[in-house]
Amino acid sequence: MYDAGKIIVGLIIGIGLLLFPFYYNAGKAAKAPEPQLTPKAKEAKVCVAETSYMKTSHMHLLERWRQEVVRGGERYYTASNGKVYYKSVEETCLDCHSNKSKFCDQCHDYMRISPYCWDCHIAPKETK
Amino acid sequence: MNFVVGILFSGIAMIILILIPWVGVGAFDLRLVFGIIVPYLALATFFVGIVLRVINWARSPVPFRIPTTAGQQWSLPWIKPNRIDNPKGTGGVVVRMIFEVLLFRSLFRNTRLEFRKGPKITYEWEKWLWLAALVFHYSFLVIFLRHFRFFLDPVPAFIHILERLDGFLQMGPLPVSGLGVPEVYITDMLLLLALLYLFLRRLYVHQTRYISLPADYFPLFLLLTLGLTGVLMRYFLRVDLTAVKELAIGLVKFHPKVPEGIGVIFYIHLFMLCTLIAYFPFSKLVHMAGIFLSPTRNLSNNSRFVRHINPWNYPVKVHTYEEYEDEFRDKMIEAGLPVEKMPEKAEEGAGAKEEEEKKE
Repeated sequence: MYDAGKIIVGLIIGIGLLLFPFYYNAGKAAKAPEPQLTPKAKEAKVCVAETSYMKTSHMHLLERWRQEVVRGGERYYTASNGKVYYKSVEETCLDCHSNKSKFCDQCHDYMRISPYCWDCHIAPKETK
Repeated sequence: MNFVVGILFSGIAMIILILIPWVGVGAFDLRLVFGIIVPYLALATFFVGIVLRVINWARSPVPFRIPTTAGQQWSLPWIKPNRIDNPKGTGGVVVRMIFEVLLFRSLFRNTRLEFRKGPKITYEWEKWLWLAALVFHYSFLVIFLRHFRFFLDPVPAFIHILERLDGFLQMGPLPVSGLGVPEVYITDMLLLLALLYLFLRRLYVHQTRYISLPADYFPLFLLLTLGLTGVLMRYFLRVDLTAVKELAIGLVKFHPKVPEGIGVIFYIHLFMLCTLIAYFPFSKLVHMAGIFLSPTRNLSNNSRFVRHINPWNYPVKVHTYEEYEDEFRDKMIEAGLPVEKMPEKAEEGAGAKEEEEKKE
């Protein structure tokens, strides 16, 4: 007696499960996110750190700021270019990046990340 | 093989494997090779390798039943059978296999043999291997599924939920400001701890150390490196995740492209993964498919009421008694031996005799 029939069925199910990403995405347009800057952000030209650093590590910076502000009471951040910023999401970050849906949410939605910033902070009202 | 040699061998292999993408991308900028060609080759090796291996297994005949009978067999109505540990039919086998695949039940039965003073043999309670194996496998599964956020666009809800559950502690393992990201995943820590335990156990238990080969150390090192580069990338040397997702989506949509600005650490992580999946079909890691084909678990114990015929029984040349008698009948009669069938002449005589007897 051979059990090849059952084994092949199992193999097909297994391979089918593993190939899930290949057919899940098929036919869907791959759209890379395009975060847009507000005129104010464009004018400022520099963020509190380099763009490449902000791209990869803004969450790290915010986490550190939170720690320093909430636990240490240190409210001021000196950037590498010597400029001093007030450590605040609402008053510093969102001052330039007031377009949450066109800026923050672009990448966050693409990666389906829902940061808990907005559990406490109030998202800026966007004027269309 | 001495265990030091085994560890050194696997360790050096590991270092070379880390250096290949590091030098390749870091020094020569071969992002096309390490971002597209190597992943596709690894995937092809994995799928072709697994399919060929499983088909090879499927070609094996199943001439008889060899389930481990860890309970009372189904027999008389007043004897209570154990339907899972001594399964009679498919239902019991399915339950047994579910326990085996999802809960590693046979590993749970692991005991440690020890010699005590006397000398006396004792079988010690030993669940740590089972626990570490379970923690490792489930952590790996969760991490594997979490990574689907890079391969699927839009990301399905269940992956998002899994991610939130995994990071619900919202803190690092140390009482400092986390590890730089709001959500430290529990499974990341558990995976590394479990792997470390499994490695140390190999060294600590001397019987295990004695039978360990480079083929045992290498997958552990590979998984540890994969986990460590992943942890490094998430918590310390962060990379541009949207670019990573563009690369991953490009791969699964067969429109590969290598975006700019992904750190070398990502290519090392990816190369470790490629090594792992290409190594899969050729190594002990193929137990992922093999667990389903464990004959001592997936066969029902029905030998008493189902006839199993060995399919590769070759036709045996037999010489039946009839043929034997045909060949030697004359000689047998001559020697006065009883025969079942009398030759023609003798038959008449015998027939006449019988008739005479009847007349009498």
